[in-house]
Parts: sequence; structure tokens; C-alpha cells
Amino acid sequence: MRKLFACVVAAVMATTAVPSQAETPRDTLVMAWTFDDIITLDPAEIFEFSAAEFAGNTYDRLIAYDLEDVSKIYGEAAESWTVSDDGKTFTFKMREGVVFPSGNPMTAEDAAFSLQRAVILDKSPAFILTQFGFTADNVRDKIKAVDDTTLVIETDQAYATTLVLYCLTSTVASIVDKKLVMEHEKDGDLGYNWLKTNYAGVGPFKFGQWRPNELLTLERNDGYWGGAPAMKRVVIRHIAEPATQQLLLEKGDIDIARNLGPDQLASLRDNPDITIDSNVKGTVYYLGLNQKNEILSKPKVRQALKYLVDYKGMEGTVVQDLMTVHQAFLPKGFLGALEATPFTLDVDRAKTLLAEAGYPDGFKITMDTRNTSPIMEMAQAIQATFAQAGIELEIIPGDGGQTLTKYRARNHDIYIGQWGPDYQDPHTNADTFARNPDNSDDAQSKPLAWRNAWDIPEMTKMADAAALERDSAKRAEMYLELQKVHQATSPFVIMFQQIEVAAVRADTKGFIIGPSFDDNLYAKVTKE
Amino acid sequence: MTTPADNLSTAGAGFKSLSLPSPLRTALNLVVSLLLTFLGLLFVTFIIGRVVPIDPVLAIVGDRAPGHVVERVREELGLNRPLYEQFAIYVWDVLQGDLGTSVLTANPVIEDIKRVFPATLELATVATLFGVLLGVPMGVLAGVYAGRWPDQAIRVIGLLGYSIPVFWLGLMGLLLFYARLDWVPGPGRLDFFYDGLVEPVTGVLLIDSAMAGEWDVFWNAASHIVLPAAILGYFSLAYISRMTRSFMLEQLSQEYITTARVKGVKEWRVIWVHALGNVWVPLVTVIALSYANLLEGSVLTEIVFAWPGLGFYLTQSLLNADMNAVLGATMVVGAVFIGINLLSDLLYKLLDPRAR
Repeated sequence: MRKLFACVVAAVMATTAVPSQAETPRDTLVMAWTFDDIITLDPAEIFEFSAAEFAGNTYDRLIAYDLEDVSKIYGEAAESWTVSDDGKTFTFKMREGVVFPSGNPMTAEDAAFSLQRAVILDKSPAFILTQFGFTADNVRDKIKAVDDTTLVIETDQAYATTLVLYCLTSTVASIVDKKLVMEHEKDGDLGYNWLKTNYAGVGPFKFGQWRPNELLTLERNDGYWGGAPAMKRVVIRHIAEPATQQLLLEKGDIDIARNLGPDQLASLRDNPDITIDSNVKGTVYYLGLNQKNEILSKPKVRQALKYLVDYKGMEGTVVQDLMTVHQAFLPKGFLGALEATPFTLDVDRAKTLLAEAGYPDGFKITMDTRNTSPIMEMAQAIQATFAQAGIELEIIPGDGGQTLTKYRARNHDIYIGQWGPDYQDPHTNADTFARNPDNSDDAQSKPLAWRNAWDIPEMTKMADAAALERDSAKRAEMYLELQKVHQATSPFVIMFQQIEVAAVRADTKGFIIGPSFDDNLYAKVTKE
Repeated sequence: MTTPADNLSTAGAGFKSLSLPSPLRTALNLVVSLLLTFLGLLFVTFIIGRVVPIDPVLAIVGDRAPGHVVERVREELGLNRPLYEQFAIYVWDVLQGDLGTSVLTANPVIEDIKRVFPATLELATVATLFGVLLGVPMGVLAGVYAGRWPDQAIRVIGLLGYSIPVFWLGLMGLLLFYARLDWVPGPGRLDFFYDGLVEPVTGVLLIDSAMAGEWDVFWNAASHIVLPAAILGYFSLAYISRMTRSFMLEQLSQEYITTARVKGVKEWRVIWVHALGNVWVPLVTVIALSYANLLEGSVLTEIVFAWPGLGFYLTQSLLNADMNAVLGATMVVGAVFIGINLLSDLLYKLLDPRAR
């Protein structure tokens, strides 16, 4: 019902252009965005899209990657680095003369403290660092500042160099102002309770204020070593309703609208005052087929379902502008990503496969579906194509928390979901789609392969070996091989890769949508 | 949310049933019934919150945290304890004035409520004013002209108010009055460059800005509230005008009205003083209920108008099983229901000579 009305509103708005009069201040970037997922501002804990973007604009890390070509890694807070011959010791030379907004100079000790702190606090994203053998007990020896400008990191094994480096580009490796954080330490919490809602970093912008579900502001860091941004302030308003975002944008009360749907984007395309920016993101959309379900555990059924999704049809309709067809677990842009798309909607082939599996007349099955757009529309499209082969798909709608709780408990038949990489290295997705070290119900590690009860000792070994391969070309080969097997046999129907879209007023230039959610950057924004 | 109202009538009945109340006994009776109401309210909300199939840990650690982190947070939240123990701990903390911390906003729940409730209070109050100022006269006219065209016209207006989804009406309102006609500013409580100019005292922007003498801010806030309040007020208008009409019809058929007319009292006086005077008594209850409903927060209006109020806060918290926030907000809603009910009881006594 609500959807219907939204369509009517969009249609009315499309047919009549909004006269624009309002204008935002020239030194302020005003953006509408839904950021209700922010639950913390502490980079040691941040693991949500919006907060990661906040940290990407306000916290430097030791190193960063080129957004145009992610294989190029360059120094940010570190000027240069070397890797020992055995591949286990990384030595970083810090950039000199960098000063935190608090006035404290940045040293190697700040970098060491930040990484140690993330490991010791051991919040959700800490595994990105602890996977290299750091623990609360050993991290002060394994990551340390030998002098003001030299930081040494020792891993427990010789991992692929880029794996370690990419992990150091992620939010959890952001550098915090040790002195400032420790001034706010309480009961040995390493300043955690303070930093949750405060700021202690250095970046092109610094934190202004955050009112949950209402407002987030950033202020220019005039003393930034890389040059201060053109915008003095960034004002981000939480606007949950896409139609409202569209109105604000057309009216000129905001410069950027971040959460528009296909209908709205279509109606803005011909507007000369608006440009549509987009870039391919790392998030992939997939169906997870629970192997605890007897029907879904049959290889031929899994195969058949892969032929029962109208990839191209959906790309042109329900997910238009928002997704592109992609069928392997490594997103385009990652080392070794498999770009082949062997599956298309082929009902006859699917029917043959189903008959061979013993289900010539199809079967009944449920799918847990988040009741948000475009997941719901995708589910309905899939329901229609499944039906063509006699499969009766019952969509069980639910809120995000509800469907996820069920999925994590392996109580689903089919789950429609998405997965975004945690860092820019292929291991992040191999780790979850193609590794399942322990398939028992009380396993410590519960990757996506576990959630779908897919027991794969062989593939787990392949994925582990790829993480340790130090020759990049060879490593890319290994991932290609892994994806080919995965694509053909896995209980994952990988369908699409996300495209992030922002509608921007024509006089606002330089907003960057990067490949990962933490590199949507405001530093280069200018207004004419 | 019928619980507060249900509990309330019991509380109210206990309060009124004392035949010869000494002020002390009345107060004591009130306090006891309030406490019981709150305890019952908390208990029900707590149980509902714990049986919904959403893992509260998820909201904190996200989807990807390793197993040991999930377990640790579960313990930190006390979720590994038996339910009754969790409830007892919560109540004990509340009695000491600690509503806990919201996991979604990282703020103490009390701080969150101080931020979101005034926004809702402001919107609901202006909306109710709108509903009363238009709804009562409309209801009176409909009653007086029952069956004729003004009645039909008002019936249609009311019916639309009942049946059009507020979500759609809000967007259409924005499209027309903000985007096309430019009569009102866009969504939100203030233009952002006015934001932060006034130190929050009550949190109600209209009051805070007036007290600070910041009239620019006041007018900006007023222009922002007009549209959402009018749209929200449309619903109470629909309800209030219907109820006023039926109360009026009842009064107008009474003998005292005929007597007044026979005695030559002017018709406007018969309607607006004699009849309406008696209608106010039941009408106060109607208005109070409608006001209390708006004070719960109207999620859809808040979403469309980017109004950071209680409704959105409560819904978000509920969907993420952020129980401290849910319980805290529920208590506020409960307190509002009780407060408004007491207030309408009081008004009742003022308006109805028999109750004095």
C-alpha cells in the first residue's frame, strides 16, 4: 500500500518539474542520507556503512589505496614502508609534521596505540587485525613504535603482503590521538566510552556533532597535512523517506541525495540541474540455500535454481541503476575477480535438472526476505520465475533484525541477502563464502558457508592457501579457480553487484563515490 | 498501546472512588496506583521485547562479529540471566533513576528522550490546537445543519481525514506547499543554519527561541511546524468534528434547548453557549485521548517530514530490540497517558458543575 502511494507521488513529481529557488551556502555541503545505522563513532568499533563513511572522511590510516586503481597502495599517515624477506615484519616510516586537531603531534606511538587498542578492545571488526595472530596479550610486542617515526608490525605467518596492507587500510586501523583518548580513559576502557560519541583523529574533516537519526556535521580541518578541503562544513541530514530527499534536492535545499530509488532516479534523469553519479561497489546480492534442507542439499536442485533467476530482466527493472549482474563471490575490482556470468534464465534446463533431482513437478519452499526496497521487489521477481518451473516460493517478510536472527541460527530455507567486503583484499569474501572450518552448530566461526550449513573441507584448504600466497599473479589464479568451483557447485545463487548512486546538484562537483563504503569522500567537493 | 489507557482507567477509578478523601490518602492512593500501572506496563513491554524473534546483540555487534564477541556482549547486556532476574535488575536501576543506555544511539536513554520527546510534544500540541480550533466549530455546524449540505461537506472532509494515509498526504502537502507554492520551508524542525543558535532548555523550539528572544529562530521553527502539524491535526480534526457533531445532536434534542428557544434566546446563543457549553464536558475526554495518541509519536509523519520525534525513536528501537530505549520510551508514553487523563479529570470537574 505504502509502495503504491510512493509510486503515485513519484509519478506526480516526475510529470511536473519543481521550480528551484533555495540555495545552500557556498562553503557548506548539505546532504540527505539515511544514517540510522550509526551506533558508534569509535573506529575500533565502527562496522556499519554510514559510520565507516564518517571515519573515511575524518580519520587517516597508515596507508590507503588509489580509488581509481585499488591495486596501487600509497602512504597516508605513513610516508613509506618495507616488508622483510620472510614476509612477517612490516616497518612503517611515519609522515613527519602531522598534527592532530587537538594540537598533539602524530607519532608512531599513536599508530601503535591505535592498532593495539583495536585488538585489546576486541569489538566486532577487531578480527580484521587479529587474524594476523595479534591477541590482547601479545599485541604490545607485535605492534610497536621503536621511535617517534618508526612503527613495526610482526605477523604470526607470512601472509600475502597485500592482504596485510589492505587490512591496514580499513576503518578499524584508523589512527587515533593517543594523548587525547587517554585523557578520557575510565576504568581501563582505553577511552572507549568517550570515543563512542566523540572524535580523536586527523583527516581532511573533523567531527562536528552527531544527533542520532537527525544530524551529523563535519568541520574542515584547516591544518590538514594534505591540504584543507574547499568546504568549510558538511551538514548531513537524516532523511529516511526517499521521496522527501528528492523534493529537497529538486528544491535546492540539499546538494546531494543519497538514497533514491529507481523511480526517483528515472524522474531526475532529464533534470538539467541534477547529475547522477554512480560507481560499482563491492557488495554482492545472493540467495543462500540452507543445506540443512533436504531438497536444497541436492546439487541438481542448487544448479536448477541458478537457472531460475531472471538476471537480465531484473537488471532492467526492479534493480535498474542500483545493481549490475555478477555471479561470483569476488566483486569486480578485486584481485582475481571472476567476471564470467554463465547463468541466465533457462526454465527448460532448470526443469530437466529438477526432474533429474526427483522433483519433476517442483516443490514448496520459503524465503526469508527483508521488507525493504529493493530486496522485496527482487524476491517477488524471483518468486515469479521459480513458479515457471513449478517451484512455489513463499516469501516470509520480516524486519532486518528478524530475518538476520533467523538466518544466523540456520533456521531458514532460502535467505535473500547481501554481503559487502570488510576490506579490499579477496580473502575477505573467500573467508565467508568459501571457508567453513567447522560446520557444527556451536562453531566459533560462523561465515556465510556455515550459515547455509555447507560443509567444505577441501575448499576451506584452498581458501587458506590463497591467503598465504605471496606471488600476486599466482594468487589471482588461485582465486579464479576457487570461484569457478564455487560458482558451479555452491548453495549461493550470486546475482548482482551493487552500484551506489547519488543524485547531485549540477553546481556541486567532486563528490567521490569510491569502490568501498568507507571511501565515499567529501574532501574534493567544490561548489560553483 | 492500549495498555496504558486500560491501566489508566483503573488508576483513575481508584483515585475517584474514595468517598471522603483526605489529601494525604488521595495522594497515597494515586502514587500506589501509578506505581502499579508503571510496573505492569514495564512488565508487559519487557516480556514482549524479550519474546520477539530479534537478537538484541545483533544491533550492537552487527552481522559479522566473531562468536566470542557475540557471547561477550550477550553477557555484558545480562541476556544470559533468567528473565525475571533481568527484569528485576532493570526495575532496580529505574528506581534509582537510571534508564540505561540505548545501544542504537550510544546515549543514555534519558538523554535521547529529552531530545526526541519535546519534538513530538511540540508537533502534537500544535496539531491538537489545529484539530480543536477547526474541528469543534465544524462539528457544531454539522450538528446544527444535520443532514443538509454543510453537514455533508464536513462529513466528506472528515472521511478523507480518516481514510487517506498520512504518508501520502504528507508527501502531497510537501509537493504542493513546499516544492510548488513555496509557502512553507522543507522538512525538518529548522533550516539548518538556524540549528544550534538556541540553547535547548525545554527542547520545544517555539518556547526556547521565544524565551531567548531569538525571533528569527522562532518564526523559522513556526514555519517548519505548520505543515506537519496541519496534516497530523487533520486526523484529530476528523475525529473531533465527528464526535462534536454527535454530542451536539444529543444536546440539541434536549428539552432545555427548546425551553431556551421558547424563551426567545437568540439562536447563536442557544447553539454556541447553551448546547456547546454542555458538549465540552464529554468533548474534553475525546480531545485528551486524541492528544495522547499524537504524543505517542506519529512514525509516518515523522519520517516524511524528517521530524526527529518519539515515534521514529520507539520504532527503530523496537525493530532492533534495543530494550532500554523501548522501555524508557514506553514509560514516557505511559506517563503521558496518565498525565493527560488526570488533567482531563481535573478539567471535567471545572467544566461540569455537577462534578464540583
